[in-house]
Amino acid sequence: MTAKTRKALTFWLLFSVPLAWTIVFLILPYGTMGMMSFWTRKFPLFVPDFQFGNYVILFTDPQYSTVILRTLKIAALVTAYSVALGYPLAYFLVFTIRSEKLRTLLYMCVVVPLWVSYLLRAYTWKIILGTDGALNSALLWLGLISEPLDIFLYNQAAMVITLTYIFIPFMVMPIFTALERIPANLIEASQDLGAGPLETFFRVIMPLSTAGVIAGATMTFCLSFGDFVAPVLVGGPSGTMVATVLQSQFGAALNWPLGSALAAIIFTLVLIVLQISSKLDRSGRVSMG
Amino acid sequence: MHKLVWWQKSLVGVAIGTLLFLYVPVAILILFSFNDSPVTSFPLSGFTLDWYRKVFANAALLNSLVNSLIVAGAATSLTVIIGVPTALALDRFEFIGKTLFRNTIFLPLSLPGIVTGIAMLNFYKQIGLPQSLGAVIIGHATALLGIVVSQVMSRLEKLNKNLAEASSDLGATSLETFLYVILPNIRTAIIGSALLCFTLSFDEIPVTYFLTGRDITLPMYIYSTLRRGITPEINAIGALIVLVSLALILSSVTMLREKK
Repeated sequence: MTAKTRKALTFWLLFSVPLAWTIVFLILPYGTMGMMSFWTRKFPLFVPDFQFGNYVILFTDPQYSTVILRTLKIAALVTAYSVALGYPLAYFLVFTIRSEKLRTLLYMCVVVPLWVSYLLRAYTWKIILGTDGALNSALLWLGLISEPLDIFLYNQAAMVITLTYIFIPFMVMPIFTALERIPANLIEASQDLGAGPLETFFRVIMPLSTAGVIAGATMTFCLSFGDFVAPVLVGGPSGTMVATVLQSQFGAALNWPLGSALAAIIFTLVLIVLQISSKLDRSGRVSMG
Repeated sequence: MHKLVWWQKSLVGVAIGTLLFLYVPVAILILFSFNDSPVTSFPLSGFTLDWYRKVFANAALLNSLVNSLIVAGAATSLTVIIGVPTALALDRFEFIGKTLFRNTIFLPLSLPGIVTGIAMLNFYKQIGLPQSLGAVIIGHATALLGIVVSQVMSRLEKLNKNLAEASSDLGATSLETFLYVILPNIRTAIIGSALLCFTLSFDEIPVTYFLTGRDITLPMYIYSTLRRGITPEINAIGALIVLVSLALILSSVTMLREKK
């Protein structure tokens, strides 16, 4: 056996199962979903077809286009708030905390919630914001309000708060990594050359951390756009999101082709966002060199 | 230390506020799991362990817990069995479509789970695979594969390539090189990412929601209970889950950080 055939043999020994698995359980499912998005519903069955009717409905029927636009708006707001809160936190960890140990500890404190049950993190906001929830009862108890307010739960603000809360760690992690990589002597050089702290921030630190912000914003936007749990737990009727509609197409509304088309739109949107973000990231890196 | 100017002070304020924002809700959850009242209202009315007793007496809940453990255990084993060879192949060989393949297995990590869940449901229905815990296990293993692959690959990249060469020069077979040279070096990355997969699978909802049949997992049980209303029992099981995930995550992070 030559070295070349042995190498090929090792390769296929390692790679055949992963390749087959990925094709069967990942690529074919996404493909099937794309295919089914062109099918027609002939109640109660779905028949193979090739027509764009499902997409036309999604983009023209206000019932669906409103939800898509609302979801885009909520995902954008969540991303913006996560940057607004996550950036200062990452900056604080990297530049204000002097002790290495304390920094690692606090960074861990940011990362840990990411892995503590996502469902429970959404649920806590239901018990906080509810009519007889923690916030209302605390305000009553302190005498700040005289009767429970129902303005906290089941609206878009509740969803934005809950999703921001869930996705902040996704934002802090890449920004932290980007800030940590900035060489200390660049900042010193900027100060030595007479730049004030604010100028140093805007002309040195901020441009060098853009890649981190982009990476965090991409994750936050993509995942909050398709969030499944928050709309059900804290969203209420005015907080219907794309995922709620999807769920009903595969449940009560029973229109899998339409649901598949909607899922295919989300799929495409996420791919576009990932593509843009990797382009931006690359151009950012080039300008750094 | 230099004096902080106004914008630095407000920055510190926002940072501390954000840290509190991350932890106060979890603290409230744990606090109310011990509160002697069916509603989650202040002032606290008294200390009780009743909610925890109810959790351990709730057969449906315990059954879903067992299902979750089975699913997470099986899915994690599969991700390791498939993910480690994948990482080795991606690290050692160049082939056509390598980047595409890698991006494809990472895709479920950035796609909302609901899209992956629906795609799998569509396909499983076409090939006649029934909705069941088995379907959920396959779904989780596929969706989480990228975690094991990325962690093991990044450890392999740091590994000195000369070690494997020296081993084969000294007459070791590929298998011996893997067992005695490579495996000890990637062991902690495997365990760390397996713990992550376990935690994520244990907690997963969207894929599970579409793929499961009559047997439900713990998050599905909690989710369906929540749609009907709040019970402090959920706070108790929530507090327990938080504690267990904390323990798992801390050990996982320690594993992944080792030899950095």
